Amino acid sequence: MIGARRIAADVRSGARSARDVLEEHLDAISGREPDIHAFNVVLADVARGAADAVDAAVARGDDPGPLAGVPLALKDNMCTHGLPTTCSSRILEGWRPPYDATVVERVQAAGAVVIGKTNLDEFAMGSSTENSAFGPTRNPHDVTRVPGGSSGGSAAAVAAGFAPLALGSDTGGSIRQPAALCGVVGVKPTYGVVSRYGLIAFASSLDQIGPFAATVEDAASLLEVIGGHDPLDSTSIARPAPELVAGLDDGVSGLRVGIVGEMTEIEGIEPRVRDAVKAAAAGLEAAGAKVDTVSVPSATYGISAYYLIAPAEASSNLARYDGVRYGLRVDADEVAHMNAATREAGFGREVKRRIMLGTYALSAGYYDEYYGQAQRVRTLILREFERVYEEFDVLIAATSPTVAFELGAKTADPLAMYLCDVCTVPANLSGHPAMSVPFGTGDAGLPIGVQVLAPALGEPTMFRVARAIEQAAGR
Amino acid sequence: MAERITRADVEHVAQLARLALGEEEIQSLSEELGAILEYAAQVSALDTHDVPPTAHPLPLVNVFRPDEARPGLPRDEVLAAAPDVQENRFRVPRILGEEP
Repeated sequence: MIGARRIAADVRSGARSARDVLEEHLDAISGREPDIHAFNVVLADVARGAADAVDAAVARGDDPGPLAGVPLALKDNMCTHGLPTTCSSRILEGWRPPYDATVVERVQAAGAVVIGKTNLDEFAMGSSTENSAFGPTRNPHDVTRVPGGSSGGSAAAVAAGFAPLALGSDTGGSIRQPAALCGVVGVKPTYGVVSRYGLIAFASSLDQIGPFAATVEDAASLLEVIGGHDPLDSTSIARPAPELVAGLDDGVSGLRVGIVGEMTEIEGIEPRVRDAVKAAAAGLEAAGAKVDTVSVPSATYGISAYYLIAPAEASSNLARYDGVRYGLRVDADEVAHMNAATREAGFGREVKRRIMLGTYALSAGYYDEYYGQAQRVRTLILREFERVYEEFDVLIAATSPTVAFELGAKTADPLAMYLCDVCTVPANLSGHPAMSVPFGTGDAGLPIGVQVLAPALGEPTMFRVARAIEQAAGR
Repeated sequence: MAERITRADVEHVAQLARLALGEEEIQSLSEELGAILEYAAQVSALDTHDVPPTAHPLPLVNVFRPDEARPGLPRDEVLAAAPDVQENRFRVPRILGEEP
C-alpha cells in the first residue's frame, strides 16, 4: 500500500499521473469490493475527471495542492453537489444535494480525488455498519466480521487499499472504533476544529468530522487540509488548521502520559487489548515519556449520559425528514399522516429506536430526570478531564474493548452494541480530541487500536504521541 | 423498572415523534426502551446539586457573521429534489381539519 504523502509527492513532481494512481485504486476496488461492500457508490467517472484535472494542472505548472492525486473516500453523510448522499437510509435514497460540504470543497481544492461515498450505519447510528439500509460492510481482515461503525465503510476502504485516505464522522466513537477494528489510524479532532457545514446532522453537540489513513503522518496531512475556521459553521473555532506534520517526529521525551483506568481496566475487555495499551505505554516510556495510571471516575457514566444526549439531539435533528423538501414521501390523506407514514417507511429499526428514546428523554415530566441530568453529568465529565489534563499532557486507553466481532453477534441486543462505545464516548462528551492507532493484534490475529486523548486543541502533542506509538508498534 | 415503558407510553411518544409503528415494533420498543432507560438512569447516581448543564463543549456564545446579502441555494435545483412541487413551492397534502 502506497501512502498518501508519497502519492502526492510523485503526482506533484510528475513522476506518476493522478490518473494512473486512480486506475490502480479502481482496480483494487473491482477486485475486493464485492466481498467487502465499503461503498454505497463508487464515483469512477467523476473521479477520472478530477484526476485528469490534477494532471492538467501539473502539466501547466500550476500547484495541484498538497493532496494532489490522492484518492479519498467520503462517508456518505457528507453532502456532495449533484451526487448521491444517502446516510445509508431509504429516506434519502436518490437525493442529490444542491451543495458541497465544506470538507468536500477543501479536499478537492487540495487536489484529492473523491473516489466514492462509503457505507455507514444509517444516520451514523451504530457500531458495526450493520444498520445500513443497503447491507453491511465487512472487515477486510476477516469478511465474517464487522468493520466497526458507524464509519465502517471509510475504515474498510482504507484497510482494503481502496483509498489511502478517507473521511468519517465521530459522534460517540464512529471514527476511532472502526479504525481500531480495521487496523488503521482514525482521528476525532477537537470539537470545532473541522467544519460540519454539509455534514448531515446526528447529534450536533457531539458530531465531528475527522480523517482515516494507514499512517499517523497521512492522517495529519489530511487534518491540516480539512481543519480551520469556516464562517458557514457557527460552531467552528476561529483559528487556522493545526500544524501537525512538521512536529510529528519531535518525540515524547518528558511528556506526561496517563493510562485511564476507567477506559482500560473495564469489565469485558479482552486481555490482549488491555495488554496492548500497557505495551504502548511501555513503548512511550522507553522513548522518554513519564507514564502513570490515572483515574477519571465519571467516565464510567459516559455511556449512560451519551445514550440520553445523543438520541435527544437526534430526535430533534431528524424531525426534518418529513417527506416535504427532499427524499422519500409516502402519500396519505393529510400532512401528519404523510409525515408519519414516510418516517415509518424511510427509517430503519435503530434510527426509530433512537428517535423514540430521544423523544421520550425530552418529553414533559422526564426532561429533567433524563436529558437535564445527562447534561449535568456531562459537565462533571468535562471538569474531571480538564483537571486530569493539568497533570498529564496526554492520556492513553483502549479504543474498543474487543477486536472485530462476528456479523450478527450484537444485533439482537441494542445495549450490548451501545457498550462498544464505552471507551470512546467520553471524548465526545468533553469535546476533546482523541485518536486510535493500530497496535498489534489480538484474538484471531485481528487488529487492536490504542487510543490517545489530549486536551482541547492538543492535536499537535496527540499526533506526536500517536507517531511514537506507531513506531513502538514497529510500523 | 424495565417494564415501566408501557404500550401507551410508546404510542404517545411515537405520536410526538410523528412516527407510525407496526404492532410488532410497539411490542419490541416497549421492552427495548425500558432496558436502555434502566441502564441510562445510572446518571441519577451522581450528585449534580449545583452543577450547571453542558449543552455544548465550546465556550462560544452568540456567533455572528457580517450582515451581508449572499445568494441562497439555487431554487430549481432545490425544488428538483422535492417529492412534490407546484408553482415553485413544496406541495403537501391538506392540513388536518382544513377543507380540501
